[in-house]
Amino acid sequence: MKKTLLTLIAMAALSTTALAADIKPALVYGTGGKFDKSFNEAAFHGAEQYKKETGTDFRDFEPTSDTQGEQAIRNFASKGFNPVVAVSFAWTSAMEKVAAEFPDTKFVIVDSVVKLPNVRSVVFKEEEGSYLVGVLAGMASKSGKVGFIGGMDIPLIRKFACGYAQGAKAANAKISVLQNMTGTTGAAWNDPVRGGELTKNQIDQGADVVYAAAGATGLGVLQTAADNKKLSIGVDSNQNHLHPGSVLTSMVKRVDLAVYNAYKDTAADKFTAGIQSNGVKEDGVAYALDDNNAKLVTPEMKAAVEKAKADIISGTVKVHDYMSDNTCPM
Amino acid sequence: MSTASVPLPNWITYGLMPLLNLLMAFLISGLVVWSIGEDPVEALKLLIEGALGRGDAIGFTLFYTTSFIFTGLSVAVAFHAGLFNIGAEGQAYIGGLGAALVALSLDHYVPWYVTMPFAVIGAAIFGAAWAFIPAWLQARRGSHIVITTIMFNFIGAALMVYLLVNVFIVPGKMAPETRTFLPGGQLPKLDWLMAWFGLKLGPAPFNVSFLIALVMCFLVWLLIWRSKLGYEMRTLGISPSAAVYAGIPYSRTVIIAMLISGGLAGMMALNPVMGSSARLQVEFVGGAGFVGIAVSLMGRSHPVGIILAALLFGILYQGGADLSFEMPNITREMIVVIQGLVILFAGALEYMFRPAMVHLYQRLKRA
Repeated sequence: MKKTLLTLIAMAALSTTALAADIKPALVYGTGGKFDKSFNEAAFHGAEQYKKETGTDFRDFEPTSDTQGEQAIRNFASKGFNPVVAVSFAWTSAMEKVAAEFPDTKFVIVDSVVKLPNVRSVVFKEEEGSYLVGVLAGMASKSGKVGFIGGMDIPLIRKFACGYAQGAKAANAKISVLQNMTGTTGAAWNDPVRGGELTKNQIDQGADVVYAAAGATGLGVLQTAADNKKLSIGVDSNQNHLHPGSVLTSMVKRVDLAVYNAYKDTAADKFTAGIQSNGVKEDGVAYALDDNNAKLVTPEMKAAVEKAKADIISGTVKVHDYMSDNTCPM
Repeated sequence: MSTASVPLPNWITYGLMPLLNLLMAFLISGLVVWSIGEDPVEALKLLIEGALGRGDAIGFTLFYTTSFIFTGLSVAVAFHAGLFNIGAEGQAYIGGLGAALVALSLDHYVPWYVTMPFAVIGAAIFGAAWAFIPAWLQARRGSHIVITTIMFNFIGAALMVYLLVNVFIVPGKMAPETRTFLPGGQLPKLDWLMAWFGLKLGPAPFNVSFLIALVMCFLVWLLIWRSKLGYEMRTLGISPSAAVYAGIPYSRTVIIAMLISGGLAGMMALNPVMGSSARLQVEFVGGAGFVGIAVSLMGRSHPVGIILAALLFGILYQGGADLSFEMPNITREMIVVIQGLVILFAGALEYMFRPAMVHLYQRLKRA
């Protein structure tokens, strides 16, 4: 009897350890590609981080089209991968279909909402993070003109632009915000040359801080700003290190945490479905401050942005979300 | 003696030579795969299995094939009239608007088979309309069709993003796309066709538009080789001055050829928009218009050749995706390299082996 009990306990212990280690995580990127130094790369870093800590390897895939995205998510699910994380709103409809087909698999979608009992939807309040970097831009600008360069003209990017404009106006009511979108096709996310040209154009018009929300296109924006001795603001990942002394700050969107937490929660059997909305309060979006840009951010600026942050958290300042009514008050 | 003019039997020109070219392309691709430290034989096996190994794999392959047949036909028709239509991408994009408008307005009221003919016409009309301006500019103003059609691809993309973001978007949704069509606006899958061969389609979006594509192949053959208009187009394609001298109206023929070409490209939208995702999305064409150029080139602008070439590209697309899924070392950029090599050898270097083949053939004949 004692022996059986012991075996039972041993088995139970074994099975829990097996549960904790036994996840087969998968990651599906957006069509921008894995190494965009921005959104997708942040997701990759989250998965890498988890791998480093636990030794659990993950599989990833870079789809090139809508059909391929759905195929990849389904392939991972049918091969027993769990959890399957898909970053980018482009996979919304694919996720709706596939998650319904595999009710026992855990899915996570980033940047969009899928209402199914086995899907966690992680969305970010990009307008809040953009507001913070907008405040910094507004204060850093000497010309009274700041620039914004988006990838494609889609609601998500307008959300970035709108938050940024609100922040800049809050810092300097007379500031003018120049806005450009890179293109109308998917290539807009991966066109550093065009990004650079647009930046040059905005600089010629007088802008001295340019914020890029355009995936890999932003690399061209940052480069051009550095070449012309102007300031730039990176996006999604912390891009301060790309051009130290020229990148004023980065609007960090913790896609890496979303991926990391998805893996960790599934391994610990703590996966929860539903919507996770990450704003400044949840540290889901933030402005980046490190050695590379410490000299650019004056104590005065730092105080102002910290105040803005506190105000957003306390609710004194409400940053308008473009997506809520498809308009921007600016 | 020029070897280009020596007649070779058809089985060499249309059978052996493309096969040799393809083999060459795969050989070089194998070297590339080998050089990054993967097993080329295993890679080829994965590619073929991923494209043809299972019912759903075949379904995906044929789904891509369907799109490529449409765009291949589109490029071929224009090519017969001596016009290089680079705009199939944009025409298909705008064609999607036509198909979606029909689906959105009819799906509440009628079953799919009533919607389908209207959607076919809608897609064709919108695609043709997008080809009309470049065609008119070519015919009346001499603006080169290559330049204008490329430009219209970008204008089309801009127009579609504007419409999807500002007009058709479902409020509160992140993705710029229309609402999902009800079954009345969707083209059903061809499960039954696969069942004939004992295959299960699974989740693959292989749908009725494949049959429409085959019908279009027949109609294009009829048009090009069995109609007066086709004769005029071919004459114009071979020698515009001779065509004009013979009394063939230049402007009219150019415009009609481009309208047909644009219409065929537009119909490609039926496959992804109504057959697969059941909604109009940004970027749904995904390069199929450009693949159409390669397909038409490889298929020698003949419907049968186009079907075969489209099938080859369908295999490369589906098998390639599966390959990079199974072998993470082979990235999607590598797949593009392999596709590029196939286009290079089977399309662009079609006459590379011809001189050697002619010598060999003549020697064998003498012997």
